[in-house]
Amino acid sequence: MLHRKAAWLLRETGTGCMAEWDGMEAQSFRQEARAWLRANFPPSLTNAPSIHFVSDRHAAESNADWRLWRERMAEKRWGVPTWEPRYGGAGLSEAQAKIIGQELAAIGGFNPIRSYGTMMLGPTLLEYGSEEQKLEHLPFIATNERRWCQGFSEPGAGSDLASLQTKCIDMGDHWLVNGQKIWTSGADQADWCFALVRTDTSRKQGGISFLLIDMKSEGIETRPIVLISGSTHFCEVFFNDVKVPKGNLVGEVNQGWAIAKRLLQFERNSLSDVKAEITPLAPLAHEYCGTDSMGRIDNPDLRVRMVRNAMRHEAYLATVARLTREAKSGGPSNGVSALKNLWSGIIQERAELLVELMGANGLGWSGEHYTDAEREATRAWLHSKAFSIYGGSYEVQNNITAKRTLDLPA
Amino acid sequence: MLNEEQQMLRDMAAEWVRDRLPVTALRSLYGHDGGGRPDAEGFDPAAWTEMAQMGWTGILVPEAQGGSDFGCRSMGLVLEELGRTLGASPLLSSALVAASALRLGGTEAQQARWLPGIADGSAIGTLAAEEGSQHEREKIALAAMAVGDGWVLNGIKRPVQDGMAATFAIVAARTHGLPGDRDGITLFLVESDTPGLSREALDQIDARRPALFSFDNVTVSADAVLGEVGKGIDLLDSLFDRAAIGLAAEMLGNASQAFDTTLDYLKTRVQFGAVIGSFQALQHRAAEMFGELQLARSAVEAALDAMDANDPALPALASLAKATVGETLHGISSQMVQLHGGIGMTHEHDAGLYLKRARVAAQCYGSTAWHRERWARLNGY
Repeated sequence: MLHRKAAWLLRETGTGCMAEWDGMEAQSFRQEARAWLRANFPPSLTNAPSIHFVSDRHAAESNADWRLWRERMAEKRWGVPTWEPRYGGAGLSEAQAKIIGQELAAIGGFNPIRSYGTMMLGPTLLEYGSEEQKLEHLPFIATNERRWCQGFSEPGAGSDLASLQTKCIDMGDHWLVNGQKIWTSGADQADWCFALVRTDTSRKQGGISFLLIDMKSEGIETRPIVLISGSTHFCEVFFNDVKVPKGNLVGEVNQGWAIAKRLLQFERNSLSDVKAEITPLAPLAHEYCGTDSMGRIDNPDLRVRMVRNAMRHEAYLATVARLTREAKSGGPSNGVSALKNLWSGIIQERAELLVELMGANGLGWSGEHYTDAEREATRAWLHSKAFSIYGGSYEVQNNITAKRTLDLPA
Repeated sequence: MLNEEQQMLRDMAAEWVRDRLPVTALRSLYGHDGGGRPDAEGFDPAAWTEMAQMGWTGILVPEAQGGSDFGCRSMGLVLEELGRTLGASPLLSSALVAASALRLGGTEAQQARWLPGIADGSAIGTLAAEEGSQHEREKIALAAMAVGDGWVLNGIKRPVQDGMAATFAIVAARTHGLPGDRDGITLFLVESDTPGLSREALDQIDARRPALFSFDNVTVSADAVLGEVGKGIDLLDSLFDRAAIGLAAEMLGNASQAFDTTLDYLKTRVQFGAVIGSFQALQHRAAEMFGELQLARSAVEAALDAMDANDPALPALASLAKATVGETLHGISSQMVQLHGGIGMTHEHDAGLYLKRARVAAQCYGSTAWHRERWARLNGY
């Protein structure tokens, strides 16, 4: 009986009034957000493939409505609503930011400010950057005028990132950088690069520093890489005697690994947070495979695999929602690695199922004998193979889950 | 998110279950050969009395009838904690399924008659609907014939969960049509001691002792009908969905504990001069199980919340929860045996008890495959 009495007591003395007040406040903010977003989001961009605008600057900036939408959101400061005003944000609460996101999603909209800057560098600078660095860079990230690329991986440092070799020498009045980066997303379109460089060769993790490099510096060359999907989004970047101002080092010298780990947490968080399109595959499968006498997709084996994938997808989205609610601090949690692996597995399988249900029509590379959707599906399937490699491979994520979350011994 | 009273309920349930119904309590229901003890009831009556005293049996009963009306999410918390130690009790059958049946379909008089007993634990209800082995909900043959003002029931029901403990059952009978028809199914409230009703225990691998009910000219009065005559299938569907969600919560507890126990073993067992949890092959298996547990928890919690909200998507969410946790528990309970090696094969170790309960739970109220097929149809596949 004790349980029940204690619970009654809690109920009677609860904070019901406070919650109600918050509710009213949120309601009026929601109305304000809804009205502004509906008035300002260009209808031509409804349900546009927004991730494409993040990765391909040219595609974004050659679209007049995208430019208009970026300008409006930049001025409204709702691209990074929770950042402080002096850094280009609107100084809003997490709850208000969530409302903006929900209202945006409700009209099929997207955030045109979203970039590697807002997802990765920005949160990292907020934690580790000097006030000068924050003021110099955050306001331009907040307007998405300054595009960033991530100079982490090297030919000899992929999953074993800490073995990176790009040399950074202290020349007294500047840093001198020499080396090569690879798999640098959008390097050929970026204005700046946040890079991991080696400032001490005697220690592995303890000899890495975090450096901000202007891509217009002399001695930088970028070369796009052609991938199996035909994409040329990733680049090689070569540094030949590149001079970098002393003030561009974030945190302390040789503290870069800790900063990078934090940044990778933000990256994993944003990767697994992407609400990938969950357009059900069922209607397409009926179209391509036909319907049996019971009204089912006429390919029992494929049907079962599609259903299982769709159910896992729904459970995954419920998991993102649940972990977001649970993360009271707002920062990424230890469970992020497990989440990234669930996400990549589910989305990869879905991409493959889409190609499979199209049968022979899912094999085309170009030409009018295949529809746009068919060719896109094929390339998306090939592209999806990267999901379990980038941002820390499937195997590296499992290592992290085992050691950090499950506390298994090294 | 849990509110304060729910957190308190969960913490107290966790403490009580560990103290009062640890896995060793389940062992006492087993005979020496690994089957259920013939003289055991499939649960501990003294523990049941304590559960009722703590108010767990009244979590879904309105305050007017002696309950606390704490909601399904709260019930799910208790079931999950019971699942951690494989705690056997008729809580799900009575306090969730039978209580829901009366709240959703009962008249005021029926509610007044049965709900106070459910709330204080003196009455134990259960659902007697299944007849075949494949959970075909409409395939009901047990016949109810109108005779005078009442009804006469003939046929069998199996398995009836907690059937040996139940003081009454919600019996799904056919009042017209053929097995397989959705139309013509009627639900009846039948007391276990009604003349003509005999019960036999089924010796099941999890020692819970569900029952086979035989109805031989069992006569009930007109006021035993729950809901509308011939239109019982919708209420039955709803009860099965609620039962599946409650069981899914219990299975989430099974899986969570099976994982924790296995993880502890990985951290202590030494072979080849190293703790086996330092081997990458096993670390990755553990990481994958952890991920699957996340999906299962989200699906179960979403379904529990949907019950509280009377969400029209309840059928799909029930199937999502049961199938997701079913697959997860199957994987984790199998790995629990595998990763424990030889000791995991012995009756002395707990791994086998989790494996057996997992198999029973996976089958009960619709298997993983059944719920996946059902979800597929609800979503146009």
